[in-house]
Amino acid sequence: MAVKDMMKLTLGPIAYHWAADTRRDFYARIADEAPVDEVYLGEVICSKRAPFHEPDLPGTIERLQRAGKTVVLSSLAEVMLKRERRATEDLMSMEWPEIEINNAAGLYARGNRPHRIGPFMNAYNEATIAWMARQGATHVCLPTEMPAPAIAVAARAAGELGIGIEVQVFGRAPLAVSARCYHARAHGRTKDNCRFVCEDDADGMPLFTRNEQPILRVNGIQTQSESYVDLLPETGQLAADGVTHLRLMPQDVDMVGVASAFRKVLNEEQAPDEAETSLREICRGRPFSNGFYYGEAGYRRIAMATPA
Amino acid sequence: MSLAELICPAGTPAALRTAVDAGADAVYCGFQDATNARNFPGLNFTPEELEASVAHAHAKATKVLLALNTYPPAGKVDLWRQAADTGARLGVDAFIVADMGVADYIARTHPDKRLHLSVQAAASSPEAIRYYCENFGVRRVVLPRILTIPEIRQIRKEIPCEIETFIFGNHGLMVEGRCSLTNYLTGQSTNMDGVCSPASDVEYLRHEDGSMSSQLAGFTIDRFSPDEKAGYPTICKGRYTAPHRSEGYYAFEEPISLNLSRLLPELIDAGVHAFKIEGRQRSKSYVRGVVSAFRQAVDDIRAGREARIADLVALTEGQKQTQGAFETRKWR
Repeated sequence: MAVKDMMKLTLGPIAYHWAADTRRDFYARIADEAPVDEVYLGEVICSKRAPFHEPDLPGTIERLQRAGKTVVLSSLAEVMLKRERRATEDLMSMEWPEIEINNAAGLYARGNRPHRIGPFMNAYNEATIAWMARQGATHVCLPTEMPAPAIAVAARAAGELGIGIEVQVFGRAPLAVSARCYHARAHGRTKDNCRFVCEDDADGMPLFTRNEQPILRVNGIQTQSESYVDLLPETGQLAADGVTHLRLMPQDVDMVGVASAFRKVLNEEQAPDEAETSLREICRGRPFSNGFYYGEAGYRRIAMATPA
Repeated sequence: MSLAELICPAGTPAALRTAVDAGADAVYCGFQDATNARNFPGLNFTPEELEASVAHAHAKATKVLLALNTYPPAGKVDLWRQAADTGARLGVDAFIVADMGVADYIARTHPDKRLHLSVQAAASSPEAIRYYCENFGVRRVVLPRILTIPEIRQIRKEIPCEIETFIFGNHGLMVEGRCSLTNYLTGQSTNMDGVCSPASDVEYLRHEDGSMSSQLAGFTIDRFSPDEKAGYPTICKGRYTAPHRSEGYYAFEEPISLNLSRLLPELIDAGVHAFKIEGRQRSKSYVRGVVSAFRQAVDDIRAGREARIADLVALTEGQKQTQGAFETRKWR
């Protein structure tokens, strides 16, 4: 299975407002123990959070690189305010490490210098991917809601263009962003006087329907899925279709264990169903979903058809 | 002073004629498929209907803008290209686009056609807007409903294209073009299929105590006491509970409509070129009422008179209205 051997495992940027020391410990352990090839760093969701962890960034980059990981810096998904415009421009002026762009303001500042395209850029199809590649994109992370047939066509196009293609295979799906902070709203505050209540919810704030069914998670201005996307059983198909990178989104669970489960399947050291069992234990019974991949409602868990 | 064009919704050929006759400067519409963001049953145009509608609109000097403002999933790009070719052949005045691949195709294939950047592209900074202007020749941007008037004024100074803003109708809370809530619950995507909280998945359940639940794909989006009017189960306008909110609350936004009729002079002064009225899914009488009222208001302002604002509240969702982000940052 040479194709699977070539696949890279990546760790996406932390979506939540984890405290600075939590982040330091997290990345130290990732550097030492997690079998991932590439790590995305940086604040993608809320520009107000960035000052808390930016001072640690150089040290984290150094630590991860010393451990042999490729480091990529991700840009903000929403760019509206002056500080967001400035942060985006500053990031885009960097020659190193690599940059992942999540807003067209970043594309404008980056010009045709090399960059990666993030999952918030809406690269849904081969025409858009070809356009982006002509402007200097070397790598595209597809939107999380894309179904398998579209992933396959996009991956083939990316392969012909000689650029990387990435799919989120683990963690809560990003479902929406807003200018309004829903964390602040839940606490009777506004975005400007939020007092960083989002820090209390390391895995997002749960929303329940009025008949007590968990449905969504609030993460500041972002809304996420209640279920964790899990495409571990589908990694073989993703590899066969030409996907080059699999993204694990950091959740408040043992991410070293999560990465190991995926790595063992990629290395064929463990059967997918065995790895899936340990993944479920690591995630302490949180619901898994793969509906988007199968073109069904995203929250659904579809059993993979057994090959005849 | 800018022209303050009035851009009006046309969900059907009949609504289009109504909007034209009520004084629209331009109407916007889409085909009966996934190429536009109001891909609802019973709405939109066949190519033949669009051809007749363009003729009717042009006879009254009204422009026709064709919405191709969804994101084609890989493998289905041709549907969007054919829609653009058909629209160009039928003589539409501009295309409203969001996807870069679609924008690139139209810019190369139909370079004489105006391109408008849809709100679905979520361009909320001068840099993002300039990206689309410089690369695809975009002539107008439809701004997301998340900016204050001072922010709009600042953007206007820094971009080379016209600005269109929503002034009335559904008050979308999520950044448009970045929302997969509907797909998460129903399996139909707003971005790829043009579907938002589809009617086919809606159910209302009456409970024994007289209360009513509104459901989308089996999920309870809200529950209404016997004396409340049950609203439509749009996911971002539902009531939910959270650890700190044991009573159901509007976690995202109340069912409320945007109404900027009182802010029109300020918006014109800030450099807004065109005012957009939302509601391709609404009735002819809605279109007639809203378009006539805003026609009068805009004409008053152009003539230097105090704008007479007809009471539009009756036409708004849930009978409540807001000036949203346009009024204050506290909205955020």
